[in-house]
Amino acid sequence: MADPVTFTVNGKSLQAPAGTLVIDACKRAGIEIPAFCYYEGLALQAACRMCLVEVEKAPKLLASCTLPVAEGMVVQTESPVVVQARKAMLEFLLTNHPLDCPVCDKGGECELQDMSFRYGAGESRFTEMKQHVDEKQWSPVVYFDAPRCILCYRCVRICDEGLGVKALGVTNRGVYSEITPNKGDHLDCDECGACIDICPVGALTSGIYRYQTRPWEMEHIGAICSHCGDGCKTTLGVKNDEILRGNNRDRSGINGEFLCIKGRYAFDFVSHAERLQSPMIRVDGKLEEVSWSKALAFVAQRFGEIKAAGGRFGVIGGERSTNEENYYLQKFARVGLGTPHIDHRRSGDVPALLDALHGRQGALATVDDLYNAKGVLIIGADLAQQHPLLAFQTRADSRHHQAKVFTVTEGPVREDKVAAKKLRAGPAGQLAVVKTLGEDLKAAGELVVLFGDSIQGAAVGELVSFIDSLGVPAKYICLVDYSNSRGTCDMGLLPHLGPGYQAAAQTGMGQAEMLADPALDALWVVGANPLAGAALASQQAFVVVQDMFLTETAQRADVVLPSASAYEKTGTVTNTCGQVQRLRKAISVMGVKADLDIFGLLARGMRLDLGRAVPDQVFEEIRASVHGYNVPLPVIATGGAAMTDPVHGRIPVAGQAQVIQSARDTLFTSGSLTRYSKTLNLVLEAPGELYKP
Amino acid sequence: MTFSPELEKRFAEMAAKYPEGRQKACLIPMLMYAQDEVGHMTEELKEEVAKRLNISVLEVNEVVGYYTMMRKKRMGKTHLQICTNISCLLWDGDQLWERACQKLGIGHNEVTADGKISLEEVECIGACSWAPAIQVNYDFQHHVTPEQLDKLIDDLRNA
Ligand code: SF4
Ligand code: SF4
Ligand code: SF4
Ligand code: FES
Ligand code: FES
Repeated sequence: MADPVTFTVNGKSLQAPAGTLVIDACKRAGIEIPAFCYYEGLALQAACRMCLVEVEKAPKLLASCTLPVAEGMVVQTESPVVVQARKAMLEFLLTNHPLDCPVCDKGGECELQDMSFRYGAGESRFTEMKQHVDEKQWSPVVYFDAPRCILCYRCVRICDEGLGVKALGVTNRGVYSEITPNKGDHLDCDECGACIDICPVGALTSGIYRYQTRPWEMEHIGAICSHCGDGCKTTLGVKNDEILRGNNRDRSGINGEFLCIKGRYAFDFVSHAERLQSPMIRVDGKLEEVSWSKALAFVAQRFGEIKAAGGRFGVIGGERSTNEENYYLQKFARVGLGTPHIDHRRSGDVPALLDALHGRQGALATVDDLYNAKGVLIIGADLAQQHPLLAFQTRADSRHHQAKVFTVTEGPVREDKVAAKKLRAGPAGQLAVVKTLGEDLKAAGELVVLFGDSIQGAAVGELVSFIDSLGVPAKYICLVDYSNSRGTCDMGLLPHLGPGYQAAAQTGMGQAEMLADPALDALWVVGANPLAGAALASQQAFVVVQDMFLTETAQRADVVLPSASAYEKTGTVTNTCGQVQRLRKAISVMGVKADLDIFGLLARGMRLDLGRAVPDQVFEEIRASVHGYNVPLPVIATGGAAMTDPVHGRIPVAGQAQVIQSARDTLFTSGSLTRYSKTLNLVLEAPGELYKP
Repeated sequence: MTFSPELEKRFAEMAAKYPEGRQKACLIPMLMYAQDEVGHMTEELKEEVAKRLNISVLEVNEVVGYYTMMRKKRMGKTHLQICTNISCLLWDGDQLWERACQKLGIGHNEVTADGKISLEEVECIGACSWAPAIQVNYDFQHHVTPEQLDKLIDDLRNA
C-alpha cells in the first residue's frame, strides 16, 4: 500500500491511505461531517452540498464527499463559514419542503430533521408559494411524496447499483425535478423497498408501514428473515405484539442494508386470518378444536401405543424450524420413538460438499467472502430470484472489486449483466460446461463457487476436484432453499446421517419412501408440507402435523398442533453458507406454541428422558456434539453471525436413492408460506419480467 | 415507428464513433436529429431511441425532461425563440416578446391555429453581444428591431 497521507482536521493531525475521501477519513477519526447524498458503497453524487468543508488555500468551500485527502491539507469541518453554509443549504432544501413532520412517517428518524435541528435553519427568507405535487402510489409497497424529496439520488443509485434494477430516475429540472418510476406512473421492479429505507427523508414511504405509528413508539428487534436460505437480519418494528415493519437501517447483520421484499415485508403471514391458533383433533372425520392439554395427551398416548406395538414411525422435519428444534426432533425420533425413518425436503447436496471438502478448514464461503472474492462462479442458480442477498453481494463485489463473475445456468440470469462470461446449459450439462472455463477461472486467481441442485451426488466431488486442479484458492456455497434448510441437514434430519453428518446407527426411509410406504403406522410432520403434490400411501397412519396453517398436509392430519413462527420464538438458524445466527422473539401470538415446547411437552407426556427442551440448553448440547457448531456464544448472543466450520472426516454416502430438488422460488414466492403473505400476493410483478431483453 | 434511411444511417455512424458499451453518449444528438424529423418527443420516438441505445425509456425521459429544447408537444413549422434574459432585456428584448405574443395571439410554448408558428420565451441563447437576439428554428437573428420582427412574422404567415 502507498504511504499514508498526513493532513490536519480541526487542528488534529490525521493519517489515511492516499485516495481516501475526506468525509471517510474524518468519520474514521470520529469527526462527523453531515451528508445527504453521500452513501458509502454507492457512486459519488455531490448533489446536496451538506458536506462542505473549509480547506486552507482553496478559494471556496469544498464538498468533502468527493475530495480525496492530500498531503499537508488543512481542513475545518465546523468553522463559522462552514456552519453558515450548511444553514444556507438547509434553507434551500426547505424552500419547497412541506414541513409536515408531525404526520410524516420519518418524523423522529429523519436526517433532514436532525440537520435542521443541528444547524438551526429555523427561519426562511423565501416567501414564495411552495411548489406542490400530490403524493403518488407507485406500487402496493412504494409511495412517493415529491415535496419532501431533497433530491439526494440515494434511491436512484441503490436501485441501479445495489439492486441492478434501475427502476428509478430523475426527470425535469430545478424545483420541478422529480424522482420518477420506470413505468411512467408505476414501478416494475423487485419491490424490495431499499429505496424507501435509504431515503434520508420521508419522501419514499412503505405501503405496509405508512401512517401506522410513530417510530419511537415501537420496539426494534433484530430477527432473522424466515424466507430464503441467505439469513438476512431484519429489524422488526413491533408495537403491541404486532410487527409493523421490517428494515435494516442500522446495517447490522451479514446483509448490511440489504433486504428483499420477503425480508422487508413478508412477515405479514404471522397475522394472516387463516393462522391456526388452537390445536385440533379429528373427530368423525372432521378436525375439531380442542385444548392444548387434551391434544398433547392424545398424541402422547397414541405415540406410546404405536411404539409399544412396535409400529413404524416416519418423521419429517421442517426447513424453517430452528437448529434446537431439529436437533431435538431427531433425538425424539431416534432415541424416543426408536425409529430411523427421519428426513426433510432436501434442496441442495450439503453432505456431498462437506464430504468432498473433508479435512479442509475454511473451505466454505461466508456472505462476506463472496463480497471479497476475486472470482465468482455461479452454477445452476438464478441468484437474483432464489438468493437475493447473495446476488446483491455478487453485484457489489463486481462493482467495488471488479470481480470476475461467471454464470453457468439454464437461462438468462440477472448476474449476466456483471458476468465476464455467461454460459447456458441444462442441469445435466452444467458441470461439463464449467470444465471449459478452466483458463478463465485460473486467471481469476481466487474463487467462490456457488452451486444449486444441478450439482449433486458424485458431481459435487467431481466439481471440487476440477476446481482443485486449477490450483487457485476456492471456497464453496451449496445453495439450499429456506431459512434453516442448511441447519436441518447439519442437525441430522436425514435417513442415513445423524447430527454433524455422523453415520446413523441404522439407515431409515427417506421422505418419498415414507409417503409411499403402505405399512407406515404414524407420520409426524413438523413445519413442512410434504403432501403438497404427493399422496400418503398408508391409510391407517396416525398423522400429527405441527404448522402455522392448514396446509395440504395438515388437512390430512389426525392431530394438528398450531406452531409459532420464527418471529415468535428464540433459537438459532444456519444460513446457506453455514453461518449461525440467533432468533429473537419479537411477538407473542395467542394459542400457539414453539415446536420445541411442543416436543418437550410430548416427551414429558410419554415419560421420555430427552433432556430439557429449552433453546439455550439444547444449543449447548449442539455445540458440544455437532461438528463445527462450537461457535463463540457472545458473537451470536450480540446479534452477530458465527461461521460453522466443520472439520470432517469422510461422510458415509448412503447407497440409497436421494431426492434433492430446489423449490425454485422466485423473489415473490416462499414455498407454502407464499399464499399466506398478503404483500407477496399484492405486488403485480411477474417474476422474471425484468430479464426480458 | 421507423426513421428515414438517412437518419438511420446517421445514427449508425454516430453510435460507431463511441467505444463499445458507451453508446449512451450519443443520446442527445440522436434525440435532436430525431426531433427534427418527427417534430417533437413522441412516446414512440423515445422508445425507438432507447431501443437503439439499449437503455430504458426512463433514462431517455430523464434527458428529455431536463432540456427545454427537447419539445414535449408539437410546435409550429417555424419555432420562434425570443430571449428576455439580462442582455436582451436591456435592449428591449421583453418588448419584442410582448409584440410577438400580441401579433400572433399566442403565448409561451403555444402554436398558432394554422400550425405555422410557435413561440417560446427563452433564457440567454449565448448571443448577448448582439442583443436583442432571437432564434428562428436553428438560425439566429441579431440586433432585432420591432420592424424586423413584424416583417419576419408576416413573411412566415404568408409562406
Ligand atoms: S423497491 Fe427496490 S427495486 Fe423497486 S424501485 Fe425501490 S429500490 Fe428499486
Ligand atoms: S426520494 Fe428520498 S432518497 Fe430519493 S432522491 Fe428524494 S430524498 Fe433522496
Ligand atoms: S434475501 Fe432471503 S433472507 Fe434476505 S430478506 Fe430476502 S428472503 Fe429474506
Ligand atoms: S454529501 Fe457531499 S455533496 Fe452531498
Ligand atoms: S441574454 Fe439574450 S442572448 Fe444572452
